[in-house]
Amino acid sequence: MKALVSVLVAEPSEIVCEGLKTLIEASGSYNFLSPVHQLTGLYDRLEVIRPDVLILNPVLLSTPLNPDVCMSPKRQLTALAQARPSMPIVALVYQYVEQSLLHQFDDIVDITAGRSGLLNVLSSVTHQHTAATEEAMPLDTKESYELSDRETDVLVLVAKGLSSKEIADALHISIHTVNSHRKNITAKTGIKSVAGLAVYAMLHNLME
Amino acid sequence: MAVKFFNPRMRLADIIMVNHNIILLLPRFGIPLGFGDKSLEEVCSRYNVPADFMVQICNVYTFEDYQIGEEDLKQMDMSMLVPYLLASHRYYTEERLPHIEAHLMRISDSVDPKYGTVLKQFFADYRREIAEHFRCEEEFDFPNLQNLQQGIKPKVSMSNHYEESHANLVDKLNDLPKIIYKYLPGNVLPEETMELVFDILQLSSDIQKHALVEDKVLLPYISILERKLA
Repeated sequence: MKALVSVLVAEPSEIVCEGLKTLIEASGSYNFLSPVHQLTGLYDRLEVIRPDVLILNPVLLSTPLNPDVCMSPKRQLTALAQARPSMPIVALVYQYVEQSLLHQFDDIVDITAGRSGLLNVLSSVTHQHTAATEEAMPLDTKESYELSDRETDVLVLVAKGLSSKEIADALHISIHTVNSHRKNITAKTGIKSVAGLAVYAMLHNLME
Repeated sequence: MAVKFFNPRMRLADIIMVNHNIILLLPRFGIPLGFGDKSLEEVCSRYNVPADFMVQICNVYTFEDYQIGEEDLKQMDMSMLVPYLLASHRYYTEERLPHIEAHLMRISDSVDPKYGTVLKQFFADYRREIAEHFRCEEEFDFPNLQNLQQGIKPKVSMSNHYEESHANLVDKLNDLPKIIYKYLPGNVLPEETMELVFDILQLSSDIQKHALVEDKVLLPYISILERKLA
C-alpha cells in the first residue's frame, strides 16, 4: 500500500482547520496532521513531523516565525521553504493578500473552493514533486549501484567462503569496515546469501 | 481502521477470492476443489479438518500482522498441525523443487556452461540444505511435538533452534530469481526463464508463509505445551 501523504495546516482559525480536516481526511489519501495556529515553533515541528505538504494562511506570515528575529512575510516564507525544500507550500486565502507574496507559494487554495478544488490542488502539488524525484532516479542509480573496487575485493572473499573476520585480516581492515562493505554489497546487488553472492561473482567473472 | 480477518463462517470461495494462494493449501488439508458455496466450516467438517485450525493458517497466509491469541491457541484442535506441516514439506520437496529444477536444468544447459554450472551448483546446494532442514524437523521436532501433545515431556526443550535457519533458506531462494533476471543472458529461452522466475517467486513466498506459520503457530504452541508439563 502506498504511504499516505501527510498534510500540515497552519491556520489561526480552529473552525477552518476542522473544515479542512473533514474534507481532506474523507478523500482517504492524506494523513491530516494536527494543525498549528501560529508560526512560532513551526520550524521545530517541520523537523519532527516532516509533513509532505504545508497549507499555510499567508496572514500568519505577518507574525514572527522566531520571536527574536524580525523578518518580512516574504523572507519568512522563503525561510520556511528552505527549511524543508521537498515540501510544497500552499496558500490558504480568504482575505486580501499581496500578489507578490502569493506568487511565492507553490499553489493557492481559495476558501470558496469546494472539496474537489482543494483536493485537486493537493494532488497536483504532491504529484509534481513525486514526478520530479522519479525523473531524477535513473540518473542517480547508474553510479551508486556499481561496486567499488574495495567492495569487489570483499565480495570475492565472501564468495570464496571467508568469514568477516578472515576478510578483515586478509585486507588489513577492521571487521566493522568489512561488515559495512558487506551491507553495501547487498544493498547494491539485492543479493543477501553468501551462495547468491558467489553466483554473482562467478557470473561477473570476478573469480579465478 | 479495523482489519477484518477470515472466520469459519465465510464461504471458502470468498476466502480464496481474497487470497488466491490459499488454493494451494487445500491439498495439504486433503480438501478437493468443487466445494461450491459451502462455508469454510462446512467444507472442513465434510473432510474432517478442524475449521478453527485451518482458518488460523489462512489468516497467517493472508494478513501480515495477524497474531493468534494464546487463549485461541490453547483451545484450538491442533491435531492437524503436524500432518499439515508434513504435507507442506512434501509439496515443496516432491512437487515444486523438482519442477523448478527441471526448468533450471534446461535453462542452464542452454547458456554458456560457465554460467550453467554455477546455477546448477547453487540450486543443488539449496535443495540439499532445505532437505536437511526438513529432515531435522521431521525426525526430531515433529515426533517430539507429537509426544508433547500426548503429555510426554521431551528430553530437550524445543523452542530455541528455529528462526535462524529459516531466514537463510528464504534469503537464498529470493536471491535466485534476481540472479536469473538481472544477470543471466536474456536471449536464452525467454519464456521459460520468465516462467521459472515466477515459479521460484511463488515458492519463495509460500516458504516464507510456512516459516510464519511455524513462528506464529508452532512455536507458541510448543511453549504452551512445555509450560503445561513443566
